[in-house]
Amino acid sequence: MKLIIKGGRLLDPASGRDETADVYVQAGIISSPFAPDENTEIIDATGKLVAPGFIDMHVHLREPGYEYKETIATGTAAAARGGFTGVACMPNTNPVTDNRFIIEFIRRRAAESGQANVYPIGAISRGSRGEELAELGDMRDAGAVAFSDDGRPVSDAGLMRRAMQYCRMLDAPVISHCEEKSLAAGGVMHEGYQSTILGLKGIPASAEEVMVARDIILAAETGCPLHIAHLSTAGSVALVREAKKRGYPVTAEATPQHFTLTDRAVALYNTAAKVNPPLRGDQDVQALREGLADGTIDVIATDHAPHTFDEKNVEFDLAPFGLVGLETAVGLVWTELVHTGILTPLQAVAKLAYHPARILGIDRGKLTEGSAADITIIDPGITEIVDPERFAGKGKNTPFAGRTLQGLPVITIRSGHCSYTV
Amino acid sequence: MYKHKDLLGLKDLTAEELSFLLDTARPMKEVISRPIKKVPTLRGRTVMNLFYENSTRTRGSFELAAKYLSADCVNISSSSSSVAKGESLYDTARTIQAQGADVIVLRHPMSGAPHMLAKAVKAAVINAGDGAHEHPTQALLDLFTVREHRGQIAGLTVTIIGDILHSRVARSNIWGFTTLGAEVRVCGPPTLMPAELNQTGARVFYRTEEALEGADVVMMLRIQAERQQQGLFPGLREYSRLYGLNRERLSLAKPDVLVMHPGPVNRGVELGHDTADGPESVIEEQVTNGVAVRMALLYLLTGGGAHNEADY
Repeated sequence: MKLIIKGGRLLDPASGRDETADVYVQAGIISSPFAPDENTEIIDATGKLVAPGFIDMHVHLREPGYEYKETIATGTAAAARGGFTGVACMPNTNPVTDNRFIIEFIRRRAAESGQANVYPIGAISRGSRGEELAELGDMRDAGAVAFSDDGRPVSDAGLMRRAMQYCRMLDAPVISHCEEKSLAAGGVMHEGYQSTILGLKGIPASAEEVMVARDIILAAETGCPLHIAHLSTAGSVALVREAKKRGYPVTAEATPQHFTLTDRAVALYNTAAKVNPPLRGDQDVQALREGLADGTIDVIATDHAPHTFDEKNVEFDLAPFGLVGLETAVGLVWTELVHTGILTPLQAVAKLAYHPARILGIDRGKLTEGSAADITIIDPGITEIVDPERFAGKGKNTPFAGRTLQGLPVITIRSGHCSYTV
Repeated sequence: MYKHKDLLGLKDLTAEELSFLLDTARPMKEVISRPIKKVPTLRGRTVMNLFYENSTRTRGSFELAAKYLSADCVNISSSSSSVAKGESLYDTARTIQAQGADVIVLRHPMSGAPHMLAKAVKAAVINAGDGAHEHPTQALLDLFTVREHRGQIAGLTVTIIGDILHSRVARSNIWGFTTLGAEVRVCGPPTLMPAELNQTGARVFYRTEEALEGADVVMMLRIQAERQQQGLFPGLREYSRLYGLNRERLSLAKPDVLVMHPGPVNRGVELGHDTADGPESVIEEQVTNGVAVRMALLYLLTGGGAHNEADY
């Protein structure tokens, strides 16, 4: 099967290309130009953006264990609809993804039912209990692309240091959800004026920043690549900026919810806006946008965290943290960052495709000849009102319902085949 | 006029609405001073008290208020209901709705529970205290009590002392008193003070003496021993020394100061016999006024004030 994408604006951060050009695909690979024949599909991409397939490096697919919330099949369907050709999935499954068998299971299920490439992330510690290292080397051999205890961050600095020493040898990044539990202490939203008037327990900015600082110091010492998940505070952005200035092996991500919404979205007790780290204040949102613009923040990832209606339809304190992000992310990036001039389209694509691929050591995220033909086509002018009922994923828990987004994926191509078209 | 379906908090009420509620409580107080304390106003109406937290005075006060107005009143507490079997608040709310309650009075340990309930049912919901969010009827009875003594709220200085972080009483009183033109000061240990509280319009103090200087009203809050176990303050002995109200401290306030407490009092901690039972204390009047204020609310929320259909 052959494919030509004609007349689009090609955006390839790997080569720095940003120009009108045709893209040729043969046998699932980006190829040199060829003459079309009767077996060649032609996509007219005039007025659209043609980018390497987006990779969301922070997703919860919930399988195995929580298939009622999401499965590898439904989660990757959501990814395809959202313009993503690849997702890295976090290990907080049940059982925890802390050994090679579950890594293999996830890869097998993805091969059977996945509509996107799935890159499993292994747990740092057994059961993500933060007590002893999981079999990192074994999981790496089985295909784990990175290691993280995500929402159960490693409290023991000694264990984290050993994990980094080990992961450096394995040439795999450690992904850190930075949250010092003794400071977060059961909080359910950002600590500030909003938590005060709502009477909800706050999570101070320091809960994140203390661990960002700790992990940066450990990365500098061990030389292990550290990727800091979902930065949420101005202080965290400043710490990462300083770490990069010093040349430490540190990268970072921000989510659409954190660069778009503030803690005001929680009022009045909207559990769809209950996320961890919590939605912060105006200055934090501003700092994240500056960090995205100046390159401090390398990656935009969603922390896609599906939950059921009933799980979220409870008292705010009882609701689980998390929102679904795969099907609103690209629209939010274009609406909030590209159309506002904070990022150029090429920078946005770098943060959605090239950088996550590079950080995870995946040979994707580029449109150069010989690369896998994972391609996302975006119509920057098209608008849509977010309607969770139209989501392909199981989770409908989004605070963005009813919001108008401009700039959306219209075609998602994975290894030369369309995985989604509008 | 009071045009809302529910009463969930005082934060968003206007001065006119607050004054109207307080005005409506006055004839109610007259009713409960009669030898036969019963009027037929709410005959055929049903009030459901849904209490997920222990409470003697608030629950009793609502029950009496309903009965003095001839409403039928049912009490449901979490330990003796299907709540104990794990029923969600949403399902409990729908059940009560189906049984035809006109007013649901909800006390809940989690902030925002009444908002959830109010969205799920057509009945009027009265927040009888939710987590650390608001306790609007307590603040209304406090406002009523102060207004009875001083004629008006505007221009007064009201000092609230104690565990502000966990206090729904403090939050409702901050909104109520500032909306009606009083200056509100809050005082307590920094570890029990919520973030950015000054944005509410209240002034934050950490030293009791400074907070009491020239105060017209002193409202003492209950400190829970459980907060000490959580490490939020060093201990009751020191707390009492730093934040307890004694005669010497009370002399810093205006000579005609009112001493208030939402109850129950920890005697020997925030108040002693000399301040709890002194001539400045209006603690018992607060209890009486609580019934009057709740009667006014039940009356208004069941159509006595003819509210908007749009609120449904």
